[in-house]
Amino acid sequence: MRRKFSLRLLAATALTFTSVGAYAADDVKVGLMLPYSGTFAELGQNITNGFKLAIDQKGGKIAGRTIEYVELDDESAPAKANENANKLIRRDNVDVLVGTVHSGVALTMARVAKNTGALMIIPNAGANELTGALCSPNIFRASFSNWQAGYAVGALMAQKHKTAVSLAWNYAAGDEQTAGFKEAFEAGGGKVLKHLSLPFPNTEFQPLLTEIATLQPDAVYAFVAGAAQVKLTKDYEASGLKDKIPLYGAFLTEGTLEAQGSSAQGMLTALHYADGLDNPKNQAFIEAYKKAHGETPDVFAVQGYDSAQLFIAGLEAVNGDTSKKEDMIRAMENAKLDSPRGPLSFSKSHNPVMNMYIREARGDQNVMVGIAVEALADPSPDCKR
Amino acid sequence: MDILLGSLLIQALNAIQYGLLLFLIASGLTLIFGVMGVINIAHGSFYMMGAYFAFTITGLTGNFFVAVLLGAILSVIIGALLEWALFKHLYKRDHLEQVLLSYGLILIFEELRSIFVGDEVHSIDVPAWLNFSIPLGDIMSYPFYRLFMSGVCVLVAIGMYILINRTRIGSMIRAGATNSGMAEVLGVNISMVNRLVFSLGVGLAAFAGMINAPASAVAPGMGMEVLIVSFVVVVIGGIGSVWGALFAAMVIAFADTFGSVFFPSVAGMLTYIIMAMVLLWRPEGIFKR
Repeated sequence: MRRKFSLRLLAATALTFTSVGAYAADDVKVGLMLPYSGTFAELGQNITNGFKLAIDQKGGKIAGRTIEYVELDDESAPAKANENANKLIRRDNVDVLVGTVHSGVALTMARVAKNTGALMIIPNAGANELTGALCSPNIFRASFSNWQAGYAVGALMAQKHKTAVSLAWNYAAGDEQTAGFKEAFEAGGGKVLKHLSLPFPNTEFQPLLTEIATLQPDAVYAFVAGAAQVKLTKDYEASGLKDKIPLYGAFLTEGTLEAQGSSAQGMLTALHYADGLDNPKNQAFIEAYKKAHGETPDVFAVQGYDSAQLFIAGLEAVNGDTSKKEDMIRAMENAKLDSPRGPLSFSKSHNPVMNMYIREARGDQNVMVGIAVEALADPSPDCKR
Repeated sequence: MDILLGSLLIQALNAIQYGLLLFLIASGLTLIFGVMGVINIAHGSFYMMGAYFAFTITGLTGNFFVAVLLGAILSVIIGALLEWALFKHLYKRDHLEQVLLSYGLILIFEELRSIFVGDEVHSIDVPAWLNFSIPLGDIMSYPFYRLFMSGVCVLVAIGMYILINRTRIGSMIRAGATNSGMAEVLGVNISMVNRLVFSLGVGLAAFAGMINAPASAVAPGMGMEVLIVSFVVVVIGGIGSVWGALFAAMVIAFADTFGSVFFPSVAGMLTYIIMAMVLLWRPEGIFKR
């Protein structure tokens, strides 16, 4: 009895290994290294949903090859990024590394990708460096660069105002977005009177608001994220500044409109996507996403979707033969994607070239009211290759 | 009024308000350390817990003040339970084990929050009758709720002063903080005092979280943010000293407020520079016992 059992076990084990072996040869492996726990868990999930939606719309197969996913929670922990990225590339042999939200983690991933030559698609992280100093033929970004986000707001504000004060967290993303803002605002004839900064992730804005009231600029540019967005717009309204000195930002009303309540209503922001953007691709995308997940997609879902679209473009160009990496990369470089955010192509540094929309916060939506900059490309001056 | 002078006055008001809030949080931390010798790095989680109680109960009852009352009671009970189940076993252990246990608590609290309320950012509306601003100068108005918060913090501080300095329980707490062994010999029920102080500390942190929630956001990770600065306050003020906590909270709040306006590039470091200087001058804090 015992002997029979062990034989069966042995046979089963053998079979398992054969089937695993067979899969490895036939499937294309996508390594999703994203935050599935912690503060960014929701973003990671929405990116994953968007990515899988694009693959599912192709029947789960690209150029005849089934897509298999290896999902890994990066915990937004830069200290674990090196090991995690290496695990996916060397142990799981993924054909593409997709990640992540946190810039610190993404920078480490990009270094690993650069060293190993593994194909990498960044579905969110905005650090300029990713397509700047770290740029590499095998690294693509399907989201945005911090410079782009700030630049678009600067261009928007220059259309309406002469002087401004900027306010941002004193860390990489804050510095990069503020630099983009300043460049566009001053190129458009505006003048930045003062830059106010506070340590990340402090949310004690009251002193800075008092300073804004003292300086009396025509408008204010702000970059903070998450809970701080809510606190800033609420404090801004409570200080009586909202109706006197308009407040602008890129992500300032993104994903937090409900919590912001009246304090964000009517606020203008500039970003590469707007809720319910009126183009056929987006309408179809929203409908499909709602059907699959029961909720309206956000900008992160769009970025996940486009990451998959970019990969599909490469895979189809080589007819599913992932060994032809150079041809894949060339096809991805030249891809003209029909994105829910509008036409999407890629710059020499593999950063998105896209329209930056002016959005107005109405109810729980960031509604498109115009275009801040058409087909904005990050010049990526640090990308030398 | 001269615009510069006016803005300086408002900045002072901002600093006092921030300082009072810091004081509430740090006084609980310093009391727990002073009386029990426990380093509790989960203190920020109690602050977060308070904010989430306020958010959840306000959502259920529609009344912020009912939420604060119920939240305070719940927090004190949870504090007593935690002391009974976990912390009382740590008094005789070394600080590393205390840090480890309370770090575990941080993770558990974050996970519980994630399970019960989710990872989104929430906010609570300021109660309607407090939701107005006092015009100051031509352009700025000062949100009345912030003045209200300051007032409430002052009342709590006075209450604490009376409790510690004018009541029998207070004298036991003071005795426990000075020499718990001697106090026990003299008939003070130290384990009761410990439980009381711990619950009080948890209650103070949670109360700060609740009262600050309408002026702030209710969000994941909010505990960490206050934890670090409240530790700095305790270190500067002198471990175990409530007056030290008040003084240090005001120093940090004024430095932070004026630093972020006049020296924005070093504002982030200013807190730590002050801490380093105080430690060089008085290694045990300004109000060491």
